[in-house]
Amino acid sequence: MNDRVENTMIQEARHFETDLAVIGSGLAGFAASTFALNRGIRTAQAGNTGAVAYTTGYLDLLGRVHNEDVCPVTDPWQGLRQLRQSQPLHPMARVSEDDLRAAFREFTSFISDCGIIYNAPGQFNATALTPAGTLKPTLCVPATMQAGVDALARKARCVIVDFKGLRGFSARQVVANLKDTWPELRAERVLFPEMETGEIYPEVMARALEVPAHRQALAERIRAVVGDAEVIGVPAVLGMHNPDLVMAEMMRLLGRPIFEIPTMPPSVPGIRLREMFEQVFPQKGLVLIPQQKVDKVVFNADDLQLSLSDNFGPITIRAKAVILATGRFLSGGLTAAIDGIREPLLGLPVTQTASREDWYHLQYMDKRGHEIHRTGIEVDDKFRPLGENGQPVNDRLFAAGLILAHQDWIRGRCGAGVALASAYKAVEAVQELLR
Amino acid sequence: MVTHSSTTRQTTGRRTFETEVLVIGGGVTGAGILRDLALRGIHGLLIDKKDLCAGASGGNHGLLHSGARYVSNDLQSAVECREEGEILKRLAPQCIDNTGGLFVSVEGDDEDFAGKFPGFCLAAGISCQEISATEARQLEPGLSASTRRAFMVPDATVDPFRLALENVAHARTLNESIYRPHTEIISFDIEAGIIRSALCRDNRSGEELRVIARQYVNAGGAWAMNIAHLAGCRDVHLLYSKGTLLVTHDRLTKRVINRLRPPSDGDILVPGGTVSVLGTTSLRTESLDRVLPTVDEVNRNILEGAAMLPALAHTRYIRAFSRVRPLLQSVGDSDDRSATRGFALLDHQSQNLKNFCTITGGKLTTYRLMAEKAADLVAGRMANTTACRTAIDPMPGGDACRWTEPGASPKYWYQAHNTEDTILCECEMVPQSAIDQIIHCAPGAEEDMTLEAIALRSRAGKGPCQGSFCGIRIASYLYDRGYYQDRTGLIHMRDFFNERFKGQRTVIWGQQMAQMELAEALHCGLLGLDCLEDVCQDTPENE
Ligand SMILES: Cc1cc2nc3c(=O)[nH]c(=O)nc-3n(C[C@H](O)[C@H](O)[C@H](O)COP(=O)(O)OP(=O)(O)OC[C@H]3O[C@@H](n4cnc5c(N)ncnc54)[C@H](O)[C@@H]3O)c2cc1C
Ligand SMILES: Cc1cc2nc3c(=O)[nH]c(=O)nc-3n(C[C@H](O)[C@H](O)[C@H](O)COP(=O)(O)OP(=O)(O)OC[C@H]3O[C@@H](n4cnc5c(N)ncnc54)[C@H](O)[C@@H]3O)c2cc1C
Repeated sequence: MNDRVENTMIQEARHFETDLAVIGSGLAGFAASTFALNRGIRTAQAGNTGAVAYTTGYLDLLGRVHNEDVCPVTDPWQGLRQLRQSQPLHPMARVSEDDLRAAFREFTSFISDCGIIYNAPGQFNATALTPAGTLKPTLCVPATMQAGVDALARKARCVIVDFKGLRGFSARQVVANLKDTWPELRAERVLFPEMETGEIYPEVMARALEVPAHRQALAERIRAVVGDAEVIGVPAVLGMHNPDLVMAEMMRLLGRPIFEIPTMPPSVPGIRLREMFEQVFPQKGLVLIPQQKVDKVVFNADDLQLSLSDNFGPITIRAKAVILATGRFLSGGLTAAIDGIREPLLGLPVTQTASREDWYHLQYMDKRGHEIHRTGIEVDDKFRPLGENGQPVNDRLFAAGLILAHQDWIRGRCGAGVALASAYKAVEAVQELLR
Repeated sequence: MVTHSSTTRQTTGRRTFETEVLVIGGGVTGAGILRDLALRGIHGLLIDKKDLCAGASGGNHGLLHSGARYVSNDLQSAVECREEGEILKRLAPQCIDNTGGLFVSVEGDDEDFAGKFPGFCLAAGISCQEISATEARQLEPGLSASTRRAFMVPDATVDPFRLALENVAHARTLNESIYRPHTEIISFDIEAGIIRSALCRDNRSGEELRVIARQYVNAGGAWAMNIAHLAGCRDVHLLYSKGTLLVTHDRLTKRVINRLRPPSDGDILVPGGTVSVLGTTSLRTESLDRVLPTVDEVNRNILEGAAMLPALAHTRYIRAFSRVRPLLQSVGDSDDRSATRGFALLDHQSQNLKNFCTITGGKLTTYRLMAEKAADLVAGRMANTTACRTAIDPMPGGDACRWTEPGASPKYWYQAHNTEDTILCECEMVPQSAIDQIIHCAPGAEEDMTLEAIALRSRAGKGPCQGSFCGIRIASYLYDRGYYQDRTGLIHMRDFFNERFKGQRTVIWGQQMAQMELAEALHCGLLGLDCLEDVCQDTPENE
């Protein structure tokens, strides 16, 4: 009885009116909201923000193209020209080079302005470090990782420092795999202040380093092992809300540059982006409903309505346009059953292979990549999802990000590229619709 | 009596191993023979072209048959299973989970067969107690609502990995008998009816090795015919039947559940620690290598299994695997499943060889008996009169062998209570210390170990993530320990993921799909293991 009273007291239906609704809070969803905000479009965004925590912090445009062979891409713009030829249905092949540059520039300058500094997109891919000591081509890196890219290029005298108790990150591993080409690289291990025993977690360490005393303590321990190194690499734990400040402070304390190497997910650079967006978007007037899934979308003659609910009761959002950026299997934008793949929210047709047998090649690391990744939603040049008849399902419906068919973001190393390119074009089309 | 093997390097540069008996094939049978001989004071060298349990021994249901499965069509096998099952439960309890088993029929199954079943069991001396369908569903709530009849039998489950490891470990302790993985038999040097030596190849280094022994035992399972051919013997006749099994994410029943009907597809569900194993299908095959599950076989098992346990239709599967059963060709040929599951011991006298024998067929459940028969023959030929002891002496439990036991790792870990001992495999709770122990002293650890070899000796990689995440963590731990000093660790990681994938490929849907996507994003997208050739090279503008 009491329970019910309490419930009815808390529960209240909430309703929002907006121009654009964005479903999904991965990179595509955040990028769409960013572009919409910059264009003065009233926006509401819903979707669990967990997905961003997977990203390393590197923003890839295009790292590999498949011709006869798989080649690493040095000049991604050149790579895109090849892609247009070899994979004309690839979502990025629908976006002009100028638009792509603009999308990356706009997105990186937005997040830089909001306190997480990224380099602007250049002409060439950077070669960045991974936690296994392998190398990854990527276009934009956060400022906290830039010194690593530079140190690698110069083969600088460098020490990688790791922390006892941090699983899955071994400085010795990074060094062992790079020492052939980078002789002046060495590994050291220190105890993280006040986390000396048992397992320790990047997120907790990053938050600890927001506190000056912890930075002092850590710097002392690193100084003890730094030797004649010109530059220091550490796992990505340099602060959560102020990474650039934390890095600058550590640099000052240690008297030389320090850089981050991504860790295994959940990774701090991803969590930083998420927390930044969650903080900044509402300040800029965007309605953000971060932890919930949209249950239903109903299209009317001149608008549409989203329904979802959270602990406090049902929520409805009425909008003029909607961008579906719900990702793939990992995020629930697509679901795979024993007999086929579906798009669960709207029941959109999914381009897929005839049988489950064709989802994967026999070899996991098959150079061609697996067909399963190329399954997805079909769109037109305005990034409107197409129905069975090949026509847009609804003029108010757009799609962006990894849910799109005809791309293999994993093998192409083009996750952010697909997300930003499609979000940019979808928002452009929304803007046109709203006019 | 004990002679130690010695290694010499002859003028050819080829290393030579000397032993009393060379046992070819590191399945449970070969491992059992090594121990049986060691208990008689005979020194052995066991080789496998891959590693322990690479064949049927590592790809079966893990059912310690009560014998009830065979009562209707193979009385002798049924009796053997009953006797051997009882011995193993008594002497090697560390490898066995005495779950008990149920035979159940569902609506539409042959009533006549069910009626005769208790009589068949009685004839084989197998205890069999009928319970009502309601009682059965109380014992096993997952059973179908259309369950008709149910019988309780003394089925159990057995961990074949641990069984093989324990046999090898005990043989090593007894008289320094040796196990050597990745060593393939290539040819025999035969003179006047006697094998003088065997030529082997180390499949990792490519090195050729010579083994000089007094007796040679072919325990090659499904490969036994091929190995016999190498010795010029034409008296082993095998057909091959491929079986495919599925591993579920959760353990669905407490007991072994058998369908009460003549053996067919998808009619046995065997619990194993935290999972259940469903199977099997049966398909004639010509090929012994590259046997991989197909989507069709997976679907068939699920369809059939769901008639007994409806949850099988929508439960989460983490793995499928296939292995080949050798079918002794002397008996029946129309139906592979009714061909005898008995075993054959061939002394090859008729092939004019005096120091070679072949043991093949049979079952995991009867491996001890097979080893006994083979060792009797070998010992007799060597004029060793010590009697077999494996039906009397308990199997000692070796510390380094204990990590294969499902659900055991967490137990040891909690007992040790050491917060510094970080868990590397979260699904199965395998700690650093387990990995340390395995690389130091588990059987076969003498030479460099790969991630695959470590996984074989532990539960690492056997849980829902199938090694996708712990493989990365274990590799970085091994780098940390200085075990890996160069890119070998990356290559081992790639090979390990490739290998685990073979078992995942046909069961990727639902949550497994989400997990697989994440795994590939990490392995390829982030770490670049798909492009190891160029990933460590410099980009042009850097040089
Ligand atoms: C391990 C890993 C590492 C990566 N590393 C990199 C990298 O180094 N560089 C790079 O460029 N990219 C990287 N990526 C890829 C990058 O994360 C994606 O490219 C990016 O997130 C764009 O994806 P998306 O927004 O389309 O989908 P996702 O990121 O998958 O986001 C989809 C979102 O939709 C939400 N959602 C789903 N259904 C609903 C619903 N019904 N209602 C509301 N919300 C819903 C989900 O909760 C999620 O928030 C990595 C990805 C992974 C998994
Ligand atoms: C699908 C399936 C399910 C089964 N389920 C059960 C069950 O539930 N209960 C039960 O009791 N039995 C079961 N069995 C039977 C049981 O698995 C086998 O009888 C038993 O494992 C055979 O062991 P083995 O050592 O004789 O042969 P194997 O385990 O096959 O060993 C032969 C070994 O020889 C090696 N080898 C081959 N060629 C060479 C060479 N040239 N040089 C060196 N080494 C070589 C191979 O690598 C292999 O490791 C099942 C079998 C199958 C196929």
